[in-house]
Amino acid sequence: MAEIKVVVRGEICPVPLIETRKALRTAAPGDIIEVVGTHPASKKEIPMAVEALELELLSVEGSDTDWTIRIRR
Amino acid sequence: MAERATIVVQSGDMDKLYSSLIIANGALAMGMEVCMFFTFWGLERLKTGGLEKGPLSKMHMLGLGKWMVKKRMKKANVASLERLMSDFRELGGRIIACDMTMEIMGIKREDLREDWIDEYAGVGTYIQQARNSELTLFV
Repeated sequence: MAEIKVVVRGEICPVPLIETRKALRTAAPGDIIEVVGTHPASKKEIPMAVEALELELLSVEGSDTDWTIRIRR
Repeated sequence: MAERATIVVQSGDMDKLYSSLIIANGALAMGMEVCMFFTFWGLERLKTGGLEKGPLSKMHMLGLGKWMVKKRMKKANVASLERLMSDFRELGGRIIACDMTMEIMGIKREDLREDWIDEYAGVGTYIQQARNSELTLFV
């Protein structure tokens, strides 16, 4: 089980969402993907994508402008 | 089966192509299948080297407006159209080029970025795609 880190600090819409999706596509089932970013809307939208993709949202931490989201594929 | 989005890209304007590609990538990122149907002025953007060549739909001002908007976009770190297109393809987005437009405008396949295009087709293909889509847009 691997842990994949995606850093999208300074990136704005739609890049954090795209990079998260790319990482999720290459991950194996059970892998953990950690996304670190600073774009406020993406903090809300990445969890929406996780729900739409029927994956597991492990945690959302930090402020709107400096956050970490953990997802299990 | 995944939900589908179908976007007709009729406009060749830079800002509208941004809207289309951002929506398309967002839909892919959220688990939808996406098909973009390029027609008329939109097809011009699929020509080799043509992606970034579109004018602004408003306040283009002979290129001055576009230059200003691009400068501001760069400052805000907005992704380039090249990058959005490459992400769209990488995430499995499909592109159909309208073959009637190609005939009217005298565009040949070798004039286009063939590596981006999955199919050259007409309205029937679009309708079959659109009637099975949860989201359809005409930009």
